[in-house]
Amino acid sequence: MIVAVASGKGGTGKTTVSASLASVWPSPVVAVDLDVEEPNLHLFMNPDISAQDPSYIEIPEIDDEKCTRCRACTDICQFKAIGIFGEVVMTFPEMCHGCGACWTICPEKAITPGKRELGQILSGRSGPSAFVMGRLRVGEAMSPPLMRDVKRHLNSGNGYADRDIIIDAPPGVSCPAINAVMDADVIVLVTEPTPFGLYDLALAQQAFAPLGKPMGVVINRADIGTRDVYDHCQKTGLTILAEIPYQRDIAEAYAKGQIIAAAVPSMRALFETLVGQIKTLHGQPSMAREVKHA
Amino acid sequence: MEKIAVSSEGPDMDARVDPRFGRAAGFIIIDPDTMAFEYVDNGSSQVMAQGAGIQAAEIVAATGARVLLTGFVGPKAFQALNAAGITIGQNVDNLTVREAVQRFQAGDVPVADAPNSRGHRS
Amino acid sequence: MREILILSGKGGTGKTSLTAAFAHLASGLIICDLDVDAPDLHLILQPEKLETEHFLSGHEAIIRPDDCERCGQCADACRYDAIQGEDPPVINPLKCEGCKLCVEICPAKAIDFELNHCGDWYRSTSRFGPMVHAQLFPAEENSGRLVALLRQQARAMAEAKGLDLILSDGPPGIGCPVISALSGTDLAIIVTEPTVSGRHDLERVLELCKHFKIPAGVIINKCDLNQEQAEGIEAYCEKHQLSFIGKLPHLTAFTEAMIRGLTITEFSSNGVRESIKTIWDNILKLAAPKPVLDRAADD
Repeated sequence: MIVAVASGKGGTGKTTVSASLASVWPSPVVAVDLDVEEPNLHLFMNPDISAQDPSYIEIPEIDDEKCTRCRACTDICQFKAIGIFGEVVMTFPEMCHGCGACWTICPEKAITPGKRELGQILSGRSGPSAFVMGRLRVGEAMSPPLMRDVKRHLNSGNGYADRDIIIDAPPGVSCPAINAVMDADVIVLVTEPTPFGLYDLALAQQAFAPLGKPMGVVINRADIGTRDVYDHCQKTGLTILAEIPYQRDIAEAYAKGQIIAAAVPSMRALFETLVGQIKTLHGQPSMAREVKHA
Repeated sequence: MEKIAVSSEGPDMDARVDPRFGRAAGFIIIDPDTMAFEYVDNGSSQVMAQGAGIQAAEIVAATGARVLLTGFVGPKAFQALNAAGITIGQNVDNLTVREAVQRFQAGDVPVADAPNSRGHRS
Repeated sequence: MREILILSGKGGTGKTSLTAAFAHLASGLIICDLDVDAPDLHLILQPEKLETEHFLSGHEAIIRPDDCERCGQCADACRYDAIQGEDPPVINPLKCEGCKLCVEICPAKAIDFELNHCGDWYRSTSRFGPMVHAQLFPAEENSGRLVALLRQQARAMAEAKGLDLILSDGPPGIGCPVISALSGTDLAIIVTEPTVSGRHDLERVLELCKHFKIPAGVIINKCDLNQEQAEGIEAYCEKHQLSFIGKLPHLTAFTEAMIRGLTITEFSSNGVRESIKTIWDNILKLAAPKPVLDRAADD
């Protein structure tokens, strides 16, 4: 089973939930940090990193001799990563999305794939669990191709088969977030009972509903706001899987980089129950499609 | 003399210089010997998701102009225009196209050696 | 004209609540929400939308099943695995990058390439001044261009109204939309919290500011959560010659004000208001026009 832990709003506790789930899961898991812009899961799981592999995107390299300036590449490129200025051909590597259209269609075969570094894929162990994270190079704009590369890494037979996978997804509801939850079997949405939390939860629900996956909600800092999030969940048929109270000792453990299920006694039982809830949700047909236009 | 391109908000010599190079409405291409001109539309660059400056540089290069007068040029377009051997006169916004050309001919438009807009990825 | 951008790297540090408070304390400004993906500033400022415009960006490839000859070349060529099924193949819009390769190589010319309406943006008025904001449709490409467009609109509006300050609430992360929000802005203010995540993300976002040569200042919110981390962040700022702007304790009033659709400075006692006012004054000092020499070196 693949569980993606996501949220519309940032800072609701995705990483806290991911790390705690990994620590109480009954069998060793693969914990994956797909928030490649600001990965944090390693700060809590303290993995021993055993491999660090650069991740690349393919970009065009043009053979100036072979190029006849026919403009086929610059005409097809939707990202303007190739320009022809009079007789001068130039590439703009940071604009390239790596689609390969230019070298596929070049009639002279004058373009070959080169590469640009997107970031790194780090992998290792944390206790019995395997750990994998993507880390975007600072200044690099495109996170989805790095995320795809992390997912390829997971499928490449690194001894991850047969294990359940827990994905810490990036915040938001646009392409990076969709990319992170797309292959999951269950989506756990973490929110908080505030107007911001509610608004962003509803956005996440709309964004992920077309995927047709079972979804449930974890309400973090459950007693700080209003009942609006609860009402919303009831109205749209979203199961509330767990409620994490607002407690000073939880916030302090988090600040120090501790896994709350391990550091705060009452939390272990809460997360064990959550694991059971997620497994039940996994067995249920999705009601996600019904809320598509909610 | 070499042809001059001016980023323009409209199709004639009395239109205002469009301060944006990449997303300019169009370019007026002037033969300075005869002052004859033609207008090249840049509408396709205005709606681009990215790379408007690069596309605009392609359009200007294709007209054969060797001088460009405009407001702001970002780093990628600057690099492209330079590579194409086009001389850039920046900061001529708030003028009409005609005034910008006259000012250039009088030698009052310094030639830029660096982009004056850091670009907004647009 | 000065553009001040509030960032955090990590979400949930209080960036939007503080931006709203600054909008309350400032005068003569344009307010801009650059978190187009999950915008929240409007929940506090409750702007009235004066104009709504469609945001069209990028293209989406769509196969016409009646014309498709099922040759499979498109699916083989697509590097995003966006073309699924065989009879007929269908393009998954969530995976399609809009690169046009399939459109170009399809022997039957059976693939359309349509402009994508992926969100709306608004010119609004709020109780603190004009506001520019947007909502990207869920699951759309998180477009840096929409961010760039909002900034362009904010600048045009500031010019037209003779206002010389733009205050923007930025997106989380350090990727495409953040780069669009940051490039060429006058000052970035980073709201962090004294947690290991807050510290980690702060360092990455500061590195990004350095990469784009944008001056940055730091605010620690919830500073009493972990004294040691808070001191560590202050020391980090000092060591890297970053402007440390101020700190605030964990205040439940942030949530209470939010629930009422108010800024914390409208809702709270004088004490809280004063400390946020001091922080805002420090930001304004930092944003004051720089000496000419400095500017030239930047550009």
